Parts: sequence; C-alpha cells; structure tokens
Amino acid sequence: MNALLTGTGLHRSYGPTLALRGIDIEIGEGEIVAVTGPSGCGKSTLLHCLAGILKVDSGAVSYRDQDIGLWSEAARSRLRRTDFGVLFQFGQLVPELTAAENVALPLLLAGSGRREARKSATMWLGRFGVGELADQLPGRMSGGEQQRCAVARALVTDPKVLFADEPTGALDVLTGEQVLTEIVHVAREQGTSVVLVTHEQRIAAYADREVALRDGVLDPTGLGLAVRS
Amino acid sequence: MSTSHVLLGLLSAGPRHGYELKRVHDERLPQAKPLAYGQVYATLGRLERDGLVEQSGQEQEGGPERTSYALTDAGRDKLTEWLTAVEPPAPYVNSDLFAKVIVSLLAAGAATATDYLVAQRAAHTSRLRELTAVKTSRDSSAGDVVAADYAIAHLDADLSWLQTTLLRVADLHREVNA
Repeated sequence: MNALLTGTGLHRSYGPTLALRGIDIEIGEGEIVAVTGPSGCGKSTLLHCLAGILKVDSGAVSYRDQDIGLWSEAARSRLRRTDFGVLFQFGQLVPELTAAENVALPLLLAGSGRREARKSATMWLGRFGVGELADQLPGRMSGGEQQRCAVARALVTDPKVLFADEPTGALDVLTGEQVLTEIVHVAREQGTSVVLVTHEQRIAAYADREVALRDGVLDPTGLGLAVRS
Repeated sequence: MSTSHVLLGLLSAGPRHGYELKRVHDERLPQAKPLAYGQVYATLGRLERDGLVEQSGQEQEGGPERTSYALTDAGRDKLTEWLTAVEPPAPYVNSDLFAKVIVSLLAAGAATATDYLVAQRAAHTSRLRELTAVKTSRDSSAGDVVAADYAIAHLDADLSWLQTTLLRVADLHREVNA
C-alpha cells in the first residue's frame, strides 16, 4: 500500500511538556488506522500535526511526498479544506447555521455553487440518518444528531483523509457504532484514508491497523511494556 | 449453554420438526456451535421422555416424513423457569486469562510475562477486529450482529482490564522505586 501521509521523527512540545518525542507513522491510501493510547499519550497532538493544524517542532509531515511543514499557512489551510476532513468529539457546528448550511460550508468555502452545495449537504445528511433535520439549528438537536451532522460536514468534500479525534466519545454505544459503521462504509467506497484517534479498543477495532502511543512515543506492545520498565 | 432450553424456546412460537429447529437455531445463534442433527433428535427424545414436548403430527413436503414437536404445558413452565432464573453474574471471573495474567505479573520473569501479555493482547485485538468486520458487513444478519456484540463486549472488557492492570502495576512500581 502506498503511503499517502507520512510523519517522520515528529516532535512537538507544549512549553516544558513533550507531547511527541519522535514518532514515525505512515497512513496508506484508503487505509483506516487507529491511533490509541491512554489520556495524555500524545495521540490528539499527533492527529493535529498530521492534519497540519499544529506545526511540529522537528520532523516532517508529508502528504503525497510533499513536506507540508514547508507550505504557507494559507496553503495548508487550503489543503485542509480540499483534501482533509476533520472531526472532533463534539461536533463543533456553527450554532447560527442550520444543519444543511453547516454541512454545505466547506463546499462553499472551496468555491462550489450554493445550489450544488445544498444538494450535496442534503445527500450527506441523509446518509447519516439526519436528512430530516436539514433546516434545524444545532441548538435544537441532540448530541448524537449534531455529531452525525459533523461527520457529514467532514466528508462532504470527499476528502482523501479523514482525521477523527474520539469521534464517538460523546455518543451512546449504539449511535457511536452506527456513525462508525457508516464512516467505514464511506471510507471503503470512496477510498478515503482515516486516522481514528481513540482510547477504546472496541473503537480501534473498526480500523485496519492500530498504532499505539505511550508518553509521546510509539508503543509496539500496546500495553506500555516496552516504554515503562 | 443448554440446548434443551434453547429448543424449548424455539418451540414456543409453535410446533416445528427437527430439521427446522436446527436451521432456526443456527440462524439465530450464529456464534454458537451449529447443532448436529443427531443432537437435535437426541435432545427432542429426552424432552419428550420428560414430558416437556410432544409429537404433534407428521409432515411430508416432497421429502422424507418428518415428525413435528410441540411444547407441553410442563415444557412451557420449564422454559419460563429458565428464562426467569438469574445467571451467576461472574462467569468470567474464574477465567484462565485472569489467572494467567496475575501469575505472570507475580511469578514469571519480566520477559516471559511481557511476551505472554503482548501475545494475548494481540490475539484479543485481532479477534475484536474480525468480529467488528462482521458487524460492519452489509451481509450480516441481525443475529450475526447481536452475537458479535456479545463477544466484543466481553473481549473489550478483558482488554480494558488488562490495560488498567498494567497501568496500576506501573504506578505501583514507580511508587516502590520512588
């Protein structure tokens, strides 16, 4: 499998705290990779660095063999709009916009026409089972419904990579599973790569492969055994 | 799992013959071992002897003649008794996994314990992935998904306990060596 996204020797600190201490990771095209580990192991930081949201202190993140760290903020921002989809634990929908407007937003930012964007948004909302909420404001939806809209928004641009940080963390088990199952179906059909950050093995099992982290480094045992001795 | 109770349950919807019972059993309980015909007829024989089922007629649809069985009142009572009896809430606490992890941590050398724990975790996560694939497959029946859910919940509990135990051990170790 060709690597679509590669992190090499990634280091990142927050003040004196070393969040990433030399991570090497490869994400293949169409591959679903779970990044796991306990709280504070650096998994969210890794996702943010790979998605170009955070800059690394040293090391390189390459997308299609290009070091995105060398790009301007504007270019990375464009990449996030066109090729990357990002999904967090809490949907983070724009409260003043309806579900359909929220989902259409990335398309409008990328230059799509209003009508076309609305059509795609409605299709994606339907796919995630919230089609009837298209004209609803987020404040009037349940957490699960908001998250379904957020997934639709993350996938509406048909991204090459979906970055999902604990995407089902705020959902009940059944809703979470339905959302994940649909994400897996979309990824398989469209060939989307997925970076799935989770601390739950049950969720990691939706991925093709798991990369475990502990204290900012890779943990090949998944149990912290090689790291803490 | 008690096959006789499951057969009583499958008969509660109405009379069925042995072949049909096997088919419905294997369909509804896909993670259980498929029933052998011999086992179905032997179990029906025992249930009939004990007055829990009775023959309710012969059926012949182009194939061999088949005997249908129906629940008796006593059979229905027996089923209700089983369905209302609470199962011991700790069937997994005595598992070999629990014993082995504890003994590994207490008695085995660090390398042996590490090798075992890593291999066990890999086996668990790989099975978890297989079962999850069953759940996400569009071809899976509701029965497949429900059965996979049950197995996933238990494997996940094992893994989460294993991980927490090792974190605890690491903390204890740090305290001792602080």
